[in-house]
Amino acid sequence: MTVALQAVKLTKAFGALVAVRDVSLEIDEGERRVILGTNGAGKTTLLNLIAGDITSTSGTIRFFGEHIGGLSSYRRARIGVSRTYQKSHVLSGLTVLDNLYLALRGVQPNRFSVMWPGSNDIHKARARELAAEMGLSIKVDVSAGELSHGEQRQLEIAMALAGSPRLLLLDEPAAGLSPAERPLLTAMLLALPRSVTMILIEHDMDVALPVADRVTVMDEGAVVFEGSPQETASSPLVQSLYLGNIGRDDVVADTSS
Amino acid sequence: MKLLLLATLNGVTLAALYFIAASGFTIIFGMMRVVNMAHGSLYLVGAYLGHDVASSSGNWFLALAGGAIGAALIGALTHALFLDRYQGQDLRQALVTIGLSIIAADLMLAGYGGLSYQFDVPSFLYGSTPMPIIGGYPTFRLALIGFAFAVYAVLWLVVQRTRFGIMIRAGVDDRVMLSALGVNVPLVSTLVFALGACLVGLAGVIGGSALSIAPGEDGRYLLSSLVVVIVGGMGSLGGAAIGALLIGLAEQIGLAYFPTYSIIVSFVIMVAVLAVRPYGLLGRPA
Repeated sequence: MTVALQAVKLTKAFGALVAVRDVSLEIDEGERRVILGTNGAGKTTLLNLIAGDITSTSGTIRFFGEHIGGLSSYRRARIGVSRTYQKSHVLSGLTVLDNLYLALRGVQPNRFSVMWPGSNDIHKARARELAAEMGLSIKVDVSAGELSHGEQRQLEIAMALAGSPRLLLLDEPAAGLSPAERPLLTAMLLALPRSVTMILIEHDMDVALPVADRVTVMDEGAVVFEGSPQETASSPLVQSLYLGNIGRDDVVADTSS
Repeated sequence: MKLLLLATLNGVTLAALYFIAASGFTIIFGMMRVVNMAHGSLYLVGAYLGHDVASSSGNWFLALAGGAIGAALIGALTHALFLDRYQGQDLRQALVTIGLSIIAADLMLAGYGGLSYQFDVPSFLYGSTPMPIIGGYPTFRLALIGFAFAVYAVLWLVVQRTRFGIMIRAGVDDRVMLSALGVNVPLVSTLVFALGACLVGLAGVIGGSALSIAPGEDGRYLLSSLVVVIVGGMGSLGGAAIGALLIGLAEQIGLAYFPTYSIIVSFVIMVAVLAVRPYGLLGRPA
């Protein structure tokens, strides 16, 4: 099995606050890894380190063997590291079509062309296809800021997938979705091709556990547990750290079903 | 009647010049949230460089190109060397650009002296055009209105219709997301800064032809661009056009009817607009 992402002793300090402490991870190609942890455990900071939005204080990150710790976020995006954010980050002033178009163009070598995008532009056509796959066909010309929250999350994931990423980083994709929208999200995540490796931060166990191959639990910046979804749900350490917060009985009942 | 018409025409042509100068300022702010306090210096640099080209080539259009390209290159360099590293730190960027404008003003005074210069415009733009009621009006000042429309049209097409324009609009919304999509945001920023500098360099040559170039003009055009863009809404091209028209007309009509107090008119407008619409007429929250 090829290792898609390998982090060794990754540390990020903001002044005296150590947000991520000596985190080592190894994620195989095609694996779906869920990261759990309470608020402030360092999950999003870890994702930001992998995506290149911030640089680590120490430690190394390799992506398919290549050191990427020194690359800026747009370079990582071009080699196949794609992400969504906890808060919706769609480009609200642009139409849905232009959002997808830019997501496709951003990773192309001739992205700076000042030419008019002609009607035969293959990326425009592909952007329409992507919108159709996400069920956003009738909204392609609507500006993204006017979409409902659920639609914005869908669009964001479509944008993250547009550049054919090899590693997809999802930061709480179910946040703010209605109970009716959540199973749709789970189904969509399960339908993603196995060529895409995925790291998922998610509080909603109903979304996270069906998708997960392995689970990593973080607390105060450090990895405190790693195991299968079943091991995670039954680990006393994890229950006391994390699951206690949201009602242990609920979660155990959910995962056993 | 004649006075009113003349003051209005003066106001509209001045507005055209203000718009060309302020369009670069507003584009830079819109994309990068950089308040470029060296904008006036770029105006004067463009004018002086254009004048160098004009005096060696004798061609006004080459001067226009020289001033615009020269200012664009200096703008790109300024952004890449001094501003990019302070992305998101508005106060530092403002202070850095103030420092640069002071240095630039002294360098230009050393290089070009304290005299004022004017451009020789092409013969078809020279002289006066007969007009009803007011008699004749300088042809070049009328041409300013055409230049302003051309600048507006080209900018609108670039921003709304090209692939590069999609990136600019996306950068206005969300730089972090744009970077996550694989776009080299620092490079886009430098190019946008160069575009803004190019426009104000162009304004320098055009302004130097309509009026004159002299030390101190840098401060004047920085101030006018600031007022125009604050009134119109920072980052909005249409806002800059409306702001320029309001300020240009207010200055010239004030000058004609109550010269003693005319200097405060534009600031009264600014205060009034900000009291009702804190982000300017067409502005939106950052």
